[in-house]
Amino acid sequence: MSNITPRDRTLPMLGAVLLAVIVLGPLLPKWALFLLTIAIAKGMVSLGLMLQLRAGLVSFGQALYYCIGGYTAGSLGRFFDISDMLLQMICGASAAAFVALILGFLLARYRGIFYGLLSMALSMILYGLLAKSESLGSTDGINILPSTIFGIRPVQEWVRYVVLVTGCSVAALAAALVQRYLKTPLGQLSPAIKDNEIRVEYMGASARKAIHVKYVIAAALSGIGGALAATAVGHIDPDMAYWTTSGEFIFITILAGTRSVAAPFLGAILFETIRTVAFDISPNTWQMTLGISLLLVIVFLPEGLWSLFSRRKAA
Amino acid sequence: MAEFVTVLVDGIFYSAWLFVAAVGLTLIYGVMKIVNLTHGSFYALGAYAGASFTGAWIAHGYPPMLSYAVLLAAAIIITLVFAPLIERGILRFMYAKEEVVILLITYSLFLILEDVIKLIWGVDPYFVSEPYGLLGSFDVGEMTYPTYNLILVGIAIVSGSGLTLLLQGTRIGKLLRTVIHDPEVSRAMGINVDRFYLVTFTFGSMLAAIGGAFTAPTVSVVPGLGVEIIVLSFAVVVIGGLGSLPGAALGAVIVGLVRSATIHYVPALELFVIYFVMAMVLAFRPRGLFSLAEPRKI
Repeated sequence: MSNITPRDRTLPMLGAVLLAVIVLGPLLPKWALFLLTIAIAKGMVSLGLMLQLRAGLVSFGQALYYCIGGYTAGSLGRFFDISDMLLQMICGASAAAFVALILGFLLARYRGIFYGLLSMALSMILYGLLAKSESLGSTDGINILPSTIFGIRPVQEWVRYVVLVTGCSVAALAAALVQRYLKTPLGQLSPAIKDNEIRVEYMGASARKAIHVKYVIAAALSGIGGALAATAVGHIDPDMAYWTTSGEFIFITILAGTRSVAAPFLGAILFETIRTVAFDISPNTWQMTLGISLLLVIVFLPEGLWSLFSRRKAA
Repeated sequence: MAEFVTVLVDGIFYSAWLFVAAVGLTLIYGVMKIVNLTHGSFYALGAYAGASFTGAWIAHGYPPMLSYAVLLAAAIIITLVFAPLIERGILRFMYAKEEVVILLITYSLFLILEDVIKLIWGVDPYFVSEPYGLLGSFDVGEMTYPTYNLILVGIAIVSGSGLTLLLQGTRIGKLLRTVIHDPEVSRAMGINVDRFYLVTFTFGSMLAAIGGAFTAPTVSVVPGLGVEIIVLSFAVVVIGGLGSLPGAALGAVIVGLVRSATIHYVPALELFVIYFVMAMVLAFRPRGLFSLAEPRKI
């Protein structure tokens, strides 16, 4: 079905892209470095959403884990004076995965819109708590300490570049691991769950367990994304958990499609570019541009933009 | 005791507002099985139309007492412009798709309508407070409330009982229940299902627009008004059970009372509590408090 291309060139491709970013990065203007970093962060979240989408599940609350990642990074700086990027991402991922491990017992039982609605309710709970918590800055949020890596603080000129390269390396590693995971029997269950869950159960596999695992992986990826976005922006606020943020992630995932682990990153770069350009040209109609693009993709490219690149297979 | 009464009265006003804002969502889901995110857009459209029409009405010096009729008319007109356009122009081609895909389609329509609103009305806030102040106020215990709040309670009661009567007591209602039960067989029996979908979508959206129009005089109408309504109405509708009318009423009352109690006793949990109740209901009764066992169709 939606298996990755016959001879798999995903890993060399990820390596090549990473190399390109490292080499070409210094030539790019600062705004492009920032745009790419945010796109990588959002791409991580969409990679998690893609895992769920492959099993036919759409989470309207993935922002929950994006926000947990961001606030974990922020709290590390605020309360423990830790500003190391990698440490922030690791902690963000762990915190998100832990929460998902617990909530997963509940969510793995849900399908269809109920999955979406419950995950949305959960992320709105976090929004409600953060928006009213004084010690974390209520609706204004808090600022993040300037980022360091391995105890070194990059000079101002190079901060954006260092953050981007760190984010890209982590993302490439994560994408490679997800690719490995998709090849495992557990990973290959996804399309089967989407097609016919009863058959999956008759085969002796547990759909619920497979979904639970996906949910935790997705949360960890989103946690990394949240921590990376927090470092890049230097600020976090409760809107990271609001439902419209989840909507953005879904947008990216649908735009990109589920055919490759690289697709979400491409989707995210495209999304950020459309948004930046549309906002620049006409600040009052950028959402309309996004809405129309999404509508067109859903109607004419139901498998996402990536389906333009990968060879079409006989059904 | 006095505080309890205040909580109760606040809760009732809030519940009525929630019911009017959310009931259309449950109606549309019940009949068409569409989780409709444009619901928030119609709320915002209603608010903008209400604010601008009424503002113009009063600026022309027409009798201010009729501004309530203008609010209602504004909501109806704006829905008649947009709802049939969306249903006939886009949604009807999508009914064969999965529920989740239709949800995403309404999400993109929501994004589009957000900017359509900005294009029509600009980004500056609108104020029309005249209808709000016109009716004076009344006392409950030591607290004073604007009489205007009773209008929404009235609309909630009229729309709720009207819909129930329509569904349970009339020929149209009976046909509609047939369509809900099995659209394909209904079509085979000669029921014009398309027309029912069009009317349901328009009418459900109209209720959201009326909710928005009658809220407009109490707030400043700004871009992004519909965004919050979407999640709130989902909370209300999901608690009672998607597609259930009495469910929406119960959901509105629960959310209304719980919120007004938390605002009075633990204000820090105001937002948290609504979604907490929603998550709890989904966790224990995913199909809502008012759901019946669903017959499995083969």
